[in-house]
Amino acid sequence: MDRDQGGSLVNVTMTVNGAEVAADVEDRTLLVHFLREGAGLTATNVGCDTTSCGACTVLLDGESVKSCTVLAAQADGHDVVTAEGLAMRGAGEAGGGELHPVQRAFRREHGLQCGFCTPGMVLAAVSLLQENPQPTEAQVRMGLEGNLCRCTGYHNIVRAVLAAAAELAAEPGEPGEPGAPDAAALAAGPAEVAP
Amino acid sequence: MSILGTRVVRTEDPRLLTAGGTYTDDLRLPELAGALRVTFVRSPVAHAGISGIDVKEALDSPGVVAVLTAADADDLPASDGRPATEPLLASDRVRYVGEPVAIVLTEDGYQGEDAAELVSVDYEPLPAVVGVDAALAGTSLLFPEAGSNVVRSGGGPAPDGAFDGCDVVVERTFPNQRVAPVPLEVRAAAATWADGRLTLWASTQNAQQARDQVAGALGLDASSVRVITPDVGGGFGAKIATDRDTIVVAWAARRLGRPLRWVETRNENLLGMVHGRAQQHTIRIGGSRDGRILAYHLDIVQDCGAYPRFGLFLPTLTQLMASGVYDLPYCGSSFQVVVTSTTPISAYRGAGRPEATAAIERAVDLFAAEIGLDPAEVRRRNLVPPDAFPYTTPGGAVYDTGEYAAALDKVLAAAGYPELRAEQARRRERAEVVQLGIGVSCYVEITAGDYSGGETSRLVVDGTGAATVYTGSSPHGQGHATAYAMLVTSELGIPMDRITVRHGDTDEIPRGVGTYGSRSLQLGGSAVHQAAVEVREQARGLAAGLLEASEADLELDLGRGTWQVRGDPDTALSWAAVAGQAGPAGLAADVDFKPASPTFPFGAHVAVAEVDTETGKATLIRHVTVDDAGRVLNPVLAEGQRHGGIAQGVAQALLEEVRYDPDGNPLTGTLADYAAITATELPSFELVAMETPTTVNPLGVKGIGEAGTIGATPAALSAVVDAVAHLGVRHIDMPATPLRVWTAIREARS
Repeated sequence: MDRDQGGSLVNVTMTVNGAEVAADVEDRTLLVHFLREGAGLTATNVGCDTTSCGACTVLLDGESVKSCTVLAAQADGHDVVTAEGLAMRGAGEAGGGELHPVQRAFRREHGLQCGFCTPGMVLAAVSLLQENPQPTEAQVRMGLEGNLCRCTGYHNIVRAVLAAAAELAAEPGEPGEPGAPDAAALAAGPAEVAP
Repeated sequence: MSILGTRVVRTEDPRLLTAGGTYTDDLRLPELAGALRVTFVRSPVAHAGISGIDVKEALDSPGVVAVLTAADADDLPASDGRPATEPLLASDRVRYVGEPVAIVLTEDGYQGEDAAELVSVDYEPLPAVVGVDAALAGTSLLFPEAGSNVVRSGGGPAPDGAFDGCDVVVERTFPNQRVAPVPLEVRAAAATWADGRLTLWASTQNAQQARDQVAGALGLDASSVRVITPDVGGGFGAKIATDRDTIVVAWAARRLGRPLRWVETRNENLLGMVHGRAQQHTIRIGGSRDGRILAYHLDIVQDCGAYPRFGLFLPTLTQLMASGVYDLPYCGSSFQVVVTSTTPISAYRGAGRPEATAAIERAVDLFAAEIGLDPAEVRRRNLVPPDAFPYTTPGGAVYDTGEYAAALDKVLAAAGYPELRAEQARRRERAEVVQLGIGVSCYVEITAGDYSGGETSRLVVDGTGAATVYTGSSPHGQGHATAYAMLVTSELGIPMDRITVRHGDTDEIPRGVGTYGSRSLQLGGSAVHQAAVEVREQARGLAAGLLEASEADLELDLGRGTWQVRGDPDTALSWAAVAGQAGPAGLAADVDFKPASPTFPFGAHVAVAEVDTETGKATLIRHVTVDDAGRVLNPVLAEGQRHGGIAQGVAQALLEEVRYDPDGNPLTGTLADYAAITATELPSFELVAMETPTTVNPLGVKGIGEAGTIGATPAALSAVVDAVAHLGVRHIDMPATPLRVWTAIREARS
């Protein structure tokens, strides 16, 4: 990215979905644009420019953040999980991976329609359930207030999150499919185990 | 048992949940390698002449390849000279904040944002025209050559004597406010040219109409344009038309000889994408003291924004549906459409019908309050009775089927209406701070209003036994792939996972209409169903030949997906074997389904709201609905449509409003300012099932996409008004914000 003006370049290296990604980017580059243009991961969407809609939500060191409001440089040396990474590796349904329990619940409960808010909504829900594994309906609604959906009226999203919570509680040791990595560990990211 | 009517989860979802959809800005195609980014320079003023545009500084900005203005558009067909014609880029005048003036083409998007700010436009301010009163006053004209801001009108006043014999007549004027569609995916396009032919990727609800519109604007034959619709992140009517911005991208790609891509910001979306509603209503309703409505008249002023788009025609739909579910001795209407220096108005979920329903439901509430009768009871006394169908309204609509009283009874029972009224009485008696309100609405709407355009389908079963549906319909969240595969599997017994549904590529599917107006299942679905029936009968003939049996002796085992001589499973032939007999193209049927009329879904909603009488804050605590759209193909999908519709309807009643200051400056240009409804502002919904089939199509289905919105708005508003009715409040304008509710309480008390 040669550039004679428009801000200085910085080298950014981060772990995205378990793989190291490095690039020289303008210092003003937003994390969401780094993921979409630099890392080629387009599940993370941009839905607004005021940190209002949550379509760009990713997990940064295991916690949900709106990647339109984080500079790529701020994520240097950190761990990022996107919707692509949440789907566990291995053979499975269309898309190439097994579904995370929250993704599975979104499908079962019809928690998505056009799909644009979905990657961010799912990651926000994953983060919510980590903080509060057994939320009430009101707590789910509060927890997802920063994620807009225009299609579902939130009804089935809330049901999906509650269903995922019940499923995760019922199988505390093995939330995913047999042999799949532990969902909570995946969501928490390698930073938890890094020195 | 048929799969139809059962709860089938969507085939679309695994991909959307993992890799994410491929929306227009996600495309990473070789044809778009090296594409320049398009950034629009938009008017920051509502109404002004343009005396000059200086692009020099922008051209010198890093990464800028070109800056184009109207002066560069010398290769386009001449305007037809009609007044109020919308240019592609503004040349001598701008008429709303957000109007495209120029584009900047850069290597990346950040450079585009930098350079767009360096384009210097000299604006000579003109008086803004904000709101219908200013437009009608006519002191500032958007199109001076037209001599008026009124661009269309029709209907007329109530005839003399229409209200004679009424014990009570109530008249009131209120807005049906301007709202923003806010699809989560904003507008986006990508374009490239090769050998004189345009390929345009666009976030649209109808690829084929987009192709024709772009071809017309660029002076091309439709065969010179290919439109491809990738995944679309919501439309809600706002992506029916192909906006000038998208056409500019296509034009500029030809001019530059390079592929281009464009995605707008949310701020641009809230200023530049169409808004919806924006009508002012004056209702007059009269009747007897025992609750019989004898006359209803509606005068509409439609604000269509700066340029007449579909807003020009919204009042016609409102007029058509003006009498709603009621059997009225007199119902009449008039309308005027005015231009204002604001964002153009077009279809938004419901498009003209929510306005009609909101008007008459508010009118019925006002009438009921005036005569002191329960609003649900007043409704019941005036409903079109079940034996009156097909029912021709005073507005000329012919309602196909309806059970309006049954819908009302069901929703009242599900809501526990008497218990709610008792709880309301208890709170009123104790003068509690938080009061309870109950809003009831009844509605009927028109779906597939443009039924005569029909919809296309092509069904192919290939030599492997797999089926492919090519539809002219255009999904953007509704679940067509699941629904249409269900229709095929139910006729042919080919498993769902061997059925592919394709749409949105005009080379692959040259003829099609698209998805809007709640038309996809009843038109596109009927077309798929009919194609499946035709393929089945073709297959019967081929199987008869293979088995050396008569067609009458053959049966299709839907469970196994095999053809066999009746009662003899040993003769079973797979679809692959049968289709293999049809030649290299396989079995195929093309259908253009055109029904004889539109359909009229109906229903009833009960909203329950709590209102804090000290702060004016209204909270919707329950929303119970009956939404009868005929036979239900897949309850999962139908419920999803209802949920989303209800939320948008409630949003208009309680929260959302596009606002401008008197100078035409937008006050809701971001999602930090525009109150798009969130999860915390809604309860879970209580849906009651009801199915009254139509005879208009072979599936017995009506449209469900907009019904929730149409029923929800008046119910939710009514609940808020009802919560404070005992304090003397009769009406609150939408949206019923805390300030408006608090003010209404204070004014009623003083």
